[in-house]
Amino acid sequence: MSDLRELYQQVILDHNKNPRNFHEMADATKRVDGYNPLCGDHYTVFVKVDGETIQDVSFTGNGCAISKASASVMSSTVKGKSREEAEQLFETFHRLVTGDASGLSAADLGRLAAFSGVSEFPARVKCATLAWHTLKSSLEGSEEKVSTE
Amino acid sequence: MTAAAAHLAYDVDRIRRDFPILARNARGKRLVYLDNAATTQKPQAVIDRIVRYYSSENSNVHRGVHYLSELSTIEFENAREYVQRFIHARDIKEIIFTRGTTESINLVAQTWGRTNIREGDEILISAIEHHSNIVPWQMLCAEKAATLRVIPVFDSGELDIEAYERMLNPRVKLVAVGHASNALGTINPLKRIITAAHANGSLVLVDGAQGVPHLRVDVQDLAVDFYAFSGHKVYGPTGIGVLYGRQELLEAMPPWQGGGDMILSVSYEKTTYNALPYKFEAGTPNIEGVIGLAAALEYVAAIGLEAISAHEHDLLVYATRRLLEIDGLRIIGTAREKASVISFVLDGVHPHDIGTVLDQEGIAVRTGHHCAQPLMMRFNVPATGRASFGLYNTRDEADMLVDGLKKVIDVFR
Repeated sequence: MSDLRELYQQVILDHNKNPRNFHEMADATKRVDGYNPLCGDHYTVFVKVDGETIQDVSFTGNGCAISKASASVMSSTVKGKSREEAEQLFETFHRLVTGDASGLSAADLGRLAAFSGVSEFPARVKCATLAWHTLKSSLEGSEEKVSTE
Repeated sequence: MTAAAAHLAYDVDRIRRDFPILARNARGKRLVYLDNAATTQKPQAVIDRIVRYYSSENSNVHRGVHYLSELSTIEFENAREYVQRFIHARDIKEIIFTRGTTESINLVAQTWGRTNIREGDEILISAIEHHSNIVPWQMLCAEKAATLRVIPVFDSGELDIEAYERMLNPRVKLVAVGHASNALGTINPLKRIITAAHANGSLVLVDGAQGVPHLRVDVQDLAVDFYAFSGHKVYGPTGIGVLYGRQELLEAMPPWQGGGDMILSVSYEKTTYNALPYKFEAGTPNIEGVIGLAAALEYVAAIGLEAISAHEHDLLVYATRRLLEIDGLRIIGTAREKASVISFVLDGVHPHDIGTVLDQEGIAVRTGHHCAQPLMMRFNVPATGRASFGLYNTRDEADMLVDGLKKVIDVFR
């Protein structure tokens, strides 16, 4: 069970049960759907961007614990950050969950560190990154549906 | 033999020893393989047969005059004859080898369909079909301005047969339904479906991917027009499948792919096509697959489909009862006639997480939409977990699944 506890850390279980920013946003500047057809995970990410600053992020939808907790942590982590900072956070997160965490400090990771166990479960990387991919596409101005397949 | 006597005579331990992969571990635990609706494991007899083919028989078929080519051709055509007998077809001309069920269905859509479906025609499918029995017909309907209509399903996962009979009208040219549902296990009442279709002048194609592994198939008794299945779901190799078609229908259909083997003579002005079944088998076939498939069907026949059905039914009933002991577990698909497939959801836990936790216990189940997204929407679930039992599974393994699900609950509740 040790690998499992590593994957489903308390932070993840908590965010899965009580996701933060889990609501629609009436005054969003952009909303983008993210979909993982393999497992049926489906989220809508709402962002409110003012110039370079991400003022607010929220999401709705459903999926597995990893994808939901990741969306929840993502939304609270990037809120108030600049576009560039958000993209850097995604890169850091992506390296963490794909097992390329060398040189990443605890300070770089912050709350994202809870997802360190994902790298041992290659089949779950797509779950962990779905909301981030969706955020990225919303910041890039895409209206397309995002798919992690 | 009664069902109970058959169950007693069924030596599952001996059968398990025929499957070398079942002796291995997964994640440091004993492998519990409950993903048979996705693909089945292969008995040593099939593995050995393929090794023997490559060790002492390999040569191209239908071509050479030399010894090995003659040998491989004989083995290849013997395999076709075996498939013919196994599904009780009238003639070997009616057995077309394909890459699998999906290719078999596409062959019918692209040849029979493009010749016979016209604007305004209707094709009926059911609400519990696999994508492979939806998308080829959607593509055909889009091309021909025909209409795809869906036979509704009750909450039990059984087709609404009366609604189906009311949907039949002179515009319906084809009814395409599964023998058994890969996602819910529902076994469809084929005879009633086929009789009603024929009375209406419609043809019937059956997706038998989940039929052949569990049920005795007699295409003449069913009076089915087309029947498609895959080798790998019935303990044979991947990449090989069968299309059965009634001879007169196959004769009238144009060829699909062009190339070697499907021709009698070729000039730049005119090509004469080969006779059945070769008309539909362009190019060097999957010889190893065909020979391996026959070995798999022989293996299944030696155990006996009635004995297999009885064993799997026992597992279905037992596992269903045990699973329902779990608080918050709901089974999707409760048809009276079911193959040994159990789709389930667990309150508060997404199926993907269930799959990961079970995997850590060495238990292989499928999680997701099972290539049946419209069906998942119909039952208002994004995905399910699915345990599907084969001829080598045991009650003990059903118990291990239940224990694994209790661990899932420990992690998430």
